Amino acid sequence: MNAIIISAVWGVLMMYAGFFLQSKRSIHLLAIAGICLMIGATAYEFLSGIPFVTIDTKGMLEYTGYGLAFLLIILVSTLVYFILSGNDIHSAGKSASDLYALVFFILTGIAVVAGYRSLLMLFLGIEIVSIPLYVLAGSDKSNLKSNEAALKYFLMGSFSTGLMLMGIALIYGDTGSFYLDAIRAGFGVLTPMKAAGMLLILASMSFKVSAAPFHFWTPDVYDGSPTVFTSFMATIVKSVAFFAFLTLFDHAFGKLHEQWKVLVAIIAVATLLIGNITAVFQQSVKRMLAYSSIAQAGFMMLSIYAINTFAKQGLLLYFAGYSFATLGIFAVLSKMKDHSIDSFNGFAKSNPIIALSLLISLLSLAGIPLTAGFFAKYYMLLAVIREGGMLWLVITAVLCAAVSVYYYFRVIQAMYFKESVQDNSSLFSPYFKWMMFLNAVLIIVLGIHPDLILSLI
Amino acid sequence: MPINYYIFLSVCLFCIGIIGVLTRRNAIVIFMCIELMLNAVNLLLVAFSRMHHAAAQSLDAASMAGAEAQIFVFFIMVVAAAEVTVGLAIIVMLYRNIHSVDINFLNRLKH
Repeated sequence: MNAIIISAVWGVLMMYAGFFLQSKRSIHLLAIAGICLMIGATAYEFLSGIPFVTIDTKGMLEYTGYGLAFLLIILVSTLVYFILSGNDIHSAGKSASDLYALVFFILTGIAVVAGYRSLLMLFLGIEIVSIPLYVLAGSDKSNLKSNEAALKYFLMGSFSTGLMLMGIALIYGDTGSFYLDAIRAGFGVLTPMKAAGMLLILASMSFKVSAAPFHFWTPDVYDGSPTVFTSFMATIVKSVAFFAFLTLFDHAFGKLHEQWKVLVAIIAVATLLIGNITAVFQQSVKRMLAYSSIAQAGFMMLSIYAINTFAKQGLLLYFAGYSFATLGIFAVLSKMKDHSIDSFNGFAKSNPIIALSLLISLLSLAGIPLTAGFFAKYYMLLAVIREGGMLWLVITAVLCAAVSVYYYFRVIQAMYFKESVQDNSSLFSPYFKWMMFLNAVLIIVLGIHPDLILSLI
Repeated sequence: MPINYYIFLSVCLFCIGIIGVLTRRNAIVIFMCIELMLNAVNLLLVAFSRMHHAAAQSLDAASMAGAEAQIFVFFIMVVAAAEVTVGLAIIVMLYRNIHSVDINFLNRLKH
């Protein structure tokens, strides 16, 4: 509850800050102060269980420990994002304060999604997240690719919203309520109307998380948007969509788990296969990361399939591990003009610290032990095994993880075993280098002590 | 009138919207089709609201059941308006750059 209020107020504040603050640095610091304030307020609510102001939402919003832990992880990821990519936000548009304001409005939507207990709040939260994102995707106004990405994202996003609303309407028609608990109570038998509503919602949520049959917009949108905002979309927004997905299918449709889990398993396998196999053929690192984000979404789908304690705990760990690693790689990428794999040649010599941090991030994405990505993937697989039945799902996931090692290692190979043609050593400021290093340390710490996140729940 | 007629009408409208989104090539027309989908949902929600209200009223005359769906419709309208502002701005931005709103142009991104 705290996070909703602070982020909405801070968004307005950031909008007006453009008038009063001239220097980039002060706008950047104001944004970081806002995020720190939100982290503090959410941590306070998490620890004490009492928000600063209590608003009667008629049970439509309810913040449990799990939701607040999720919110904390998202806010910390956003802090990492601001620190690593702050300079690039300034170069993305004419007035950075507006772009920061939009990010804060997105955080409002995220805070709504973190605690929704009614389909109305789900719809509002997802839309508050999506609408500013359409603007961010098109923030590079004179660049055609950015325009096209914004239009494509907008059309696909509102189309999937339409599907979701139809699903909500059908479920309302059958159960007579928008509350998740009431829907769960009315979900004893599967009537045609419920089935149609659930399928429509499943399709629209798959759109939002870019799972397999509905992933086709992802590479184009991620490739066309300015790299700073791609990194925000691919990490934080994707995590939020997954959290909404999990909450909905756990709370509202949990009783019919046996009926829909096969469908989710098929989506997960298709996402894993398509994401990993297409990523192998990419020449641009940005596009490769777009496909890799589809592949990682396949792994996260396993938690929706299993829906048990391991899945819920593991999903939070996955959000953290995946977000930190991807944010780091995108932050480096957005400082480079050329996004091909060859442009990483010889990084180990010219920028040893950046190369080391990228190495750790890539290893984490591939799921190598001692990094956060390993335990995240481990928990997903563990959840599926505990659920029982579908061993082929686990086998496919492990094989796909093996395939993913290939394309992540291509970048590592370019950095460590190839000679560079041009000199890259002046691309990064010393501050950025050490922040990247800290990010990598964070990934390692989470890889050694996953309890830091798992014990939050 | 039975509820089936309303369900049939709004599902028809919804399908027209989906077919429009999938087949038309003009960004503005696609956008209108999306609005059609949202309005089909609005109609369906109001019809369901009336249905649940009538069912609850026969048991308890003072029942407020069904009111929440009508509130939901207002929220959909507000969000649709917000989407229109952003969406039309994006289309105008595209038009300024390429002097066309043809969606086929988007295929340029695939390379």
